[in-house]
Amino acid sequence: MIVASGLKYQARELKIVGTRPLRPDGVDKVTGRARYGADISLPGQLIGKVLRSPHAHARIKSIDTSAAAALPGVKAVISRDDFADMAEEYAAAGELTINFRDVTRNMMAREKVLYDGHPVAAVAATSEAIARAALKLIKVDYEILPHVIDVIAALRPDAPLLHEEQYTEGVNPRPARPSNLAKRLEFARGNVEAGFAAADTIVEREFTTKPVHQGYIEPQACLASYSEDGQAELWTSTQGHFVFRAQCAKLLQMEISKIRVTPTEIGGGFGGKNNIYNEPLAIALSRKSHRPVKMVMTREEVFRATGPTSGGHVKVRLGATRDGRITAATAELSFQAGAFPGSSVAPASMCAFTRYDLENVRVIGNDVTVNRPKVAAYRAPGAPIAAFAVESAIDEMAKKLGIAPIEFRLINAAREGTQTYYGPKLGKIGYIETLEAARAHPHYRAPLGPGHGRGIATGFWFNIGNETTAALNINEDGTATLIMGTIDVAGGSRAAMAMMVAEELGIPFDRVRPHIGDTSSLGFNFITAGSRGTFAGGMACVVAARDAIEKLRDRVARIREVPLEAVLWKDGHAVPAEGSARQFAPMSLAEIAGQAGKTGGPIAGHAELNVQGAGPGFGAHIVDVEVDRQTGSIKILRYTAVQDVGRAIHPAYVEGQLQGGVVQGIGWALNEEYVYDADGILANPGFLDYRIPVASDLPFIDTVIVEVANPNHPYGVRGCGEVPIIAPLAAIANAVENALGIRFYDLPMAPPKVLQAIDEAAAAASKA
Amino acid sequence: MSEMRYEAPKTLAAAVALLAAASGGARILAGGTDLLIQLRTGRIEPSLLVDIKGIPEMTSIVADSSGFRLGAAVTLMQLTEHQALAQEWPGVIDGIKFIGSIQVKGRATLGGNLCNASPAADSVPALIAAGAVASIIGPAGRRETPVAEIATGPGRTTLTPGEIVTALLLPRQARHSGDAYLRFTPRTEMDIAVVGAAVHLTLDERGICSQARVALGAVASRALLVPEAAAAVIGTRVDGPALACLAEAARAASQPIDDKRGTREFRLRIVGVMAQRAAEIALDRARRNS
Ligand SMILES: Cc1cc2nc3c(=O)[nH]c(=O)nc-3n(C[C@H](O)[C@H](O)[C@H](O)COP(=O)(O)OP(=O)(O)OC[C@H]3O[C@@H](n4cnc5c(N)ncnc54)[C@H](O)[C@@H]3O)c2cc1C
Repeated sequence: MIVASGLKYQARELKIVGTRPLRPDGVDKVTGRARYGADISLPGQLIGKVLRSPHAHARIKSIDTSAAAALPGVKAVISRDDFADMAEEYAAAGELTINFRDVTRNMMAREKVLYDGHPVAAVAATSEAIARAALKLIKVDYEILPHVIDVIAALRPDAPLLHEEQYTEGVNPRPARPSNLAKRLEFARGNVEAGFAAADTIVEREFTTKPVHQGYIEPQACLASYSEDGQAELWTSTQGHFVFRAQCAKLLQMEISKIRVTPTEIGGGFGGKNNIYNEPLAIALSRKSHRPVKMVMTREEVFRATGPTSGGHVKVRLGATRDGRITAATAELSFQAGAFPGSSVAPASMCAFTRYDLENVRVIGNDVTVNRPKVAAYRAPGAPIAAFAVESAIDEMAKKLGIAPIEFRLINAAREGTQTYYGPKLGKIGYIETLEAARAHPHYRAPLGPGHGRGIATGFWFNIGNETTAALNINEDGTATLIMGTIDVAGGSRAAMAMMVAEELGIPFDRVRPHIGDTSSLGFNFITAGSRGTFAGGMACVVAARDAIEKLRDRVARIREVPLEAVLWKDGHAVPAEGSARQFAPMSLAEIAGQAGKTGGPIAGHAELNVQGAGPGFGAHIVDVEVDRQTGSIKILRYTAVQDVGRAIHPAYVEGQLQGGVVQGIGWALNEEYVYDADGILANPGFLDYRIPVASDLPFIDTVIVEVANPNHPYGVRGCGEVPIIAPLAAIANAVENALGIRFYDLPMAPPKVLQAIDEAAAAASKA
Repeated sequence: MSEMRYEAPKTLAAAVALLAAASGGARILAGGTDLLIQLRTGRIEPSLLVDIKGIPEMTSIVADSSGFRLGAAVTLMQLTEHQALAQEWPGVIDGIKFIGSIQVKGRATLGGNLCNASPAADSVPALIAAGAVASIIGPAGRRETPVAEIATGPGRTTLTPGEIVTALLLPRQARHSGDAYLRFTPRTEMDIAVVGAAVHLTLDERGICSQARVALGAVASRALLVPEAAAAVIGTRVDGPALACLAEAARAASQPIDDKRGTREFRLRIVGVMAQRAAEIALDRARRNS
């Protein structure tokens, strides 16, 4: 058994961790051999397609599928009647919570359709053309209802109501009338009234953000095959195959052992592939048609029907003394949950002020249902929305007080021992180190060009652990095959895992081949979410490697007939313990493995853990912008992202995470938004009019990796994937303010909005 | 379900005959970068596709003393790689370069950009400002029409059923002349023009503008030739006040709509800015072209 203390961080000399080898999945990706969701096919497969609601909100009076079912080539048609209704039951899915009553209704509408794109029926046919033709033959009788998209509009008493039985949770007494406010959360500490009374200066502002898409390039795709003995196989592009298995089992009322999920290579997810969509439909269609069924979403379906993140409205109030101490902070966050409750408002509320050491805080979070697809996680779910508001207000406060923005943050910085307002005291963290590294960076001092502006903002994310498993098989030739249960969401975690295993075993990196196991090869793994991949996955890999090493030592002890304590593991060899009376000829891993069959059987290491002790991550971003004062166009001139990642196992892939998060944040700040027309229909369901940044929009994004080791990980890993998307929104808004003297409270800062603000400021100045 | 036939004739005569026989249900296929999207979304359901990329007359570039004859099915990448064309008509190349990505330009054609008749088509304002002429063949024979007179509104043209644009004809660029095209998009690439502006101008020996053409994209139901904007700079040194008049004339001629890509108000603001900036580039190019 591996003792827990062995898993604490220990500084030591490392050979592989911290280097930059090529990723094991790289060659297949650049040669086009990698198999993504849509690349998997089976003989005799059918194509499944979904009929979707053309209305934002309507009652389904009837569904007639008879003409579709009669079309030659159609092998199965399903609708709400093919699925059991589900009672309220909550489960964790990534960083958000789901309720099976809602999941089944989101998968296939029951009483009402609640958004443009909501599934109403599905068909499986011998070709895509026949499947599409069949969809046109399905008759749905709708009673169209008024709809609501905007979060503030949805909170008005006369707003169209999505769920007639939804009484706000978290308010006492229970409200007399149902509303779109699904839940109200409150976090509080200290006495904010007293705190504001002690303040010399108060900043109070309101901010709004639009719903945005994760921007993964691969649309959701799956293939299901249900056999006559009631077993289902599923191939899908997912961030969590075990969680998908559990949800499919629940929705289809199957036993978990009867579903086997094989994850495909994933073309991006960022939280968007934490949830099932077509998977249970494909299994149900296969069950009904007795043929494998493949379902690949179009980009338009991805936009209309899968979860983006919320649009939000945030009110912030800050009080500070003249010398820069924040005396009180409050915020009220209202987030679009989409058609069903469960937005990221809870983590957003917890992240809002957790970069600062505050005595008096109150944060209220409102989870609001609106006629949009149910939101999903998106990289640090909710935190960028909260940080846009709070870090903008912090910037304004620093300016009012005449204190440099980094100094103001340093005065109030959270540190080890800071009591959070949502529960725990912070352990060892690197916020101050991160701010100091940003201040020391040449970018911070570089002179600005005429009319250019510079902005600073910071971000915090918890990072998580959870259930994680791994198996390490020592092969006959002394190489090792690593089976991991945490999906490599394309960030390179297979490389990081193999590096940690190679470091432990003392063998070269390329002797360890990592694979993602299917759900039948390992015990349950939580979703790759919460930046847990390299932290929790790495922990499992290290435990499995140490388990294997124990067995290797034990085997050598028996072969050489020495006590176990006399055998040490060093540089890929079993060697006699220094100073031990029992000396013996060392054995290499290859020698032990070659004899394993005859000396007691094959050797493998295992880990089945619920990983605890995640280390929070902090980032500080510096950005320079130029604004075209005649067109309102904002250009990002220079960007530096500084972040404490605990330990960068593979620095190049950590840098990639930092750069990728920044790019997504830039898109969120400048151009991205879901545009709904007056009927609540999505007007821009594609990448032409939903504008994620392209390469030529961006400067090279500079990164600085700060390493304040997480004491609860053998290599000090914290996790790094989510923090980098948190700061860009506010950093860019702060830079634009610095350039123009105009602060934007509403994202995106698209050219028409910026130009209008420039015009208004000019008009106001000429009047004055 | 309806079937769709695909034909790839090798001669113009065969293409014209195929189109005539199909009586309306046919579509011409060039690069397909507009057409395939319309097929996929079900916006069009043709019974016949006539692929014109196999017709030599349509896929060649001819440069001689009278000017350039650009086959309507030449890919945009091939056009950008034509040195003499880029030298003489940099503004036309500006317009072509904005279209899509390298991959899109590897398929897309000038004929498709023109005949798809999007008001935001990027090559069209520059071709209009350059005074380009479309060479057309159809059941009634051959004819030539200024590019400005092809599109009448979104997706609508003056081409009669069965007519094919075979080539775009550009004159030789005169001395002391230059052209330029600029567009405004929220992104730097892979975007659709919110506003486009092309300017062609010629200077006399003293540096006074003797001829100008200004064409605007995405501010009306088709690309507009705006003589009032040209008149604002003709007879001037194309200096600040003249450019301000040009910008104002461009605004006055625009009739933009509100859509998801831009508001009417924003387009009216930006069209003047783009026209002025394009004129500045064209002026600089004219001065260098001695
Ligand atoms: C990702 C992407 C980005 C794009 N970006 C831009 C952009 O930035 N700017 C821009 O302007 N466009 C853009 N487009 C649109 C498109 O690429 C261009 O309009 C292109 O020039 C069309 O040419 P094509 O040869 O592909 O036309 P096709 O799709 O083959 O044809 C378009 C239409 O014209 C007709 N047609 C084609 N050739 C002829 C002919 N010779 N005679 C008569 N009729 C004909 C066809 O029947 C069809 O109706 C983009 C498209 C994509 C997919």
